[in-house]
Amino acid sequence: MLDSAAVTQRVEDILARHQGREGPLLPILHDVQAEFGHVPQAVLPVIAKALNLSRAEVHGVVTFYHDFREAPAGRHVVKLCRAEACKAMGADDVAAHAKARLGLDWHETSADGSVTLEPVFCLGLCACGPAAIVDGRLMGRIDNAAIDALVERLT
Amino acid sequence: MKIYLPLDSAAVALGADEIAAAIHTHARALGIKVDLIRNGSRGMVWLEPLAEVATSDGRIAFGPMTLADVPALFGDLAAHPKALGLTEDLPWMKGQTRLTFARVGVVDPLSLDDYRMHGGIAGLERAMAMSPADMVAEVTASGLRGRGGAGFPTGIKWKTVSEAKGTQKYIVCNADEGDSATFADRMLMEGDPFTLIEGMAIAGLACGANKGFVYIRSEYPLAIRVMQDACRIALEKGLLGPSVLGRGAAFDIEIRVGAGAYVCGEETSLLNSLEGKRGVVRAKPPLPALQGFMARPTVVNNVISLASVPVIFAQGAAAYQSYGIGRSRGTIPLQIAGNVKFGGLYETAFGLTLGEVVEKIGGGTASGRPVKAVQVGGPLGAYFPPALFGTPFAYEDFAAKDGLIGHAGLSVFDDTADMLQMARFAMEFCAIESCGKCTPCRIGAVRGVETIDRIAKGDSAATPLLIDLCSTMKSGSLCALGGFTPYPVMSALTHFPADFSPLQEAAE
Repeated sequence: MLDSAAVTQRVEDILARHQGREGPLLPILHDVQAEFGHVPQAVLPVIAKALNLSRAEVHGVVTFYHDFREAPAGRHVVKLCRAEACKAMGADDVAAHAKARLGLDWHETSADGSVTLEPVFCLGLCACGPAAIVDGRLMGRIDNAAIDALVERLT
Repeated sequence: MKIYLPLDSAAVALGADEIAAAIHTHARALGIKVDLIRNGSRGMVWLEPLAEVATSDGRIAFGPMTLADVPALFGDLAAHPKALGLTEDLPWMKGQTRLTFARVGVVDPLSLDDYRMHGGIAGLERAMAMSPADMVAEVTASGLRGRGGAGFPTGIKWKTVSEAKGTQKYIVCNADEGDSATFADRMLMEGDPFTLIEGMAIAGLACGANKGFVYIRSEYPLAIRVMQDACRIALEKGLLGPSVLGRGAAFDIEIRVGAGAYVCGEETSLLNSLEGKRGVVRAKPPLPALQGFMARPTVVNNVISLASVPVIFAQGAAAYQSYGIGRSRGTIPLQIAGNVKFGGLYETAFGLTLGEVVEKIGGGTASGRPVKAVQVGGPLGAYFPPALFGTPFAYEDFAAKDGLIGHAGLSVFDDTADMLQMARFAMEFCAIESCGKCTPCRIGAVRGVETIDRIAKGDSAATPLLIDLCSTMKSGSLCALGGFTPYPVMSALTHFPADFSPLQEAAE
């Protein structure tokens, strides 16, 4: 559990960086997630007070966007593209293989905390699909063998 | 020795960073000084990573590069196993009309000197000698229409903002390119970011706005980095800032990052997101042009629309307008994707037929099997069968065939595609990404998945229900997400009825 006084200080630092910005909530939440690995409940009232919003409004924004996590992800995050152009190149089969190899469904994290599996809808790699992004690194033309190598490396 | 190797996301996803490291390693071992420029992509994704070596005859292309191909770059180039000849002479390059993408893949994306040397800033220079009204008239005369998908005349939007009352106005660039099969915005931002900056500066001068935002989706980490660097350089060199090019008018750009919501590609939802709210769609009116960001007059334009502005000013509206057919003027960067042999970005005048794009330019499927369907315009675009391959690539012609060109992305599918499953996915995607404001979209998409599952189980009575649901979504949704999801669903049902018939189930 995060110590609330320490959380408050780190959030205050982030808020200070965005002072004077128009419509600063998304940039703030991105920084919060970069700082803590997720958006802890404890930060919501601090942000709300600083931006003169209700806690419910901040909560509403956090939960609207797929990117913001309520709990930390695994040590590695594997995102596989599920969109049409990648499907045309067999993304569904690759995803099924990845799920089976990892023993995970979408949005799940392995019990040992090593890998989180997530869908992504388009990485702009539509002419070299199926595409993936692993810990921020882009991958094109992935196949079952690439998934096997990835699973070996990450788990 | 000067070598070019793309920093473009597609090249990197196929190993460009590893090739770059190997080039440096080999050069060091051989004691050769290499000037390695990380450029944008030429758009031939099937050849990525594509290295180019500068010679006195021009740039020679090598691709697709593997680590084993690196040492030979330092030997007899003509004997290199991946040598393709001069880049400019490749058929893919020669067939194009590159106006908006003229510099992409050619220049060092973060060199303002290189940008100027290749014709950059000429458009802004010409614009600065004009009155705002003349600038708007120039854009109107060019025939430019919103390249994000809606196809609304850009000049009319600018005119509304230009004439709106208000001391604070904004230029918002929509770089939330979420449609599958589209990557033109990404390639432009990664390969020639100053073109977008110049286009936004011209928009700012024409409309009386001194502040711009580029809203880039978080799925584009490299584009975000390049745009941030480019804006910093532009500010340092006086292309942006309190006095653009030292002529007294202020214009600044801030890069904002989305957070994984597809619907934020819709302009009013994007504005809410930019304001720090949930990305819920707004009802129009009020038009964003009059009450946009922070309820102030705002231009919201797509990346390609804004990036086409510099060339329109540099070459004149008449030159741009001379390309294209009917009411679709100028060029369009086709993004050919999915199961296709030659995938990538191909900029050309409007008017090629769909068949020419898929078969001639794209070379048919990558799998070598027959083409079954082509989805044009992203997840909200219709699936076209080969029977409609005669359709010319233009706004009105596609609308006449119950389709849309959208952001000009094409996903090619071979005959193994199950169109019922693709229709189901369209509904599933809409259910996941709906902002929740309109009931037909929020609830209808969920019911759509269920109804298609009933059809898959052989319940043909569910088909009229699906058609009725699509009609409700189409006319009962505020934005294109709920309103256009029926396009892929209905086109799949109309053109591929066999995939929806109970026989399919019996055969399995």
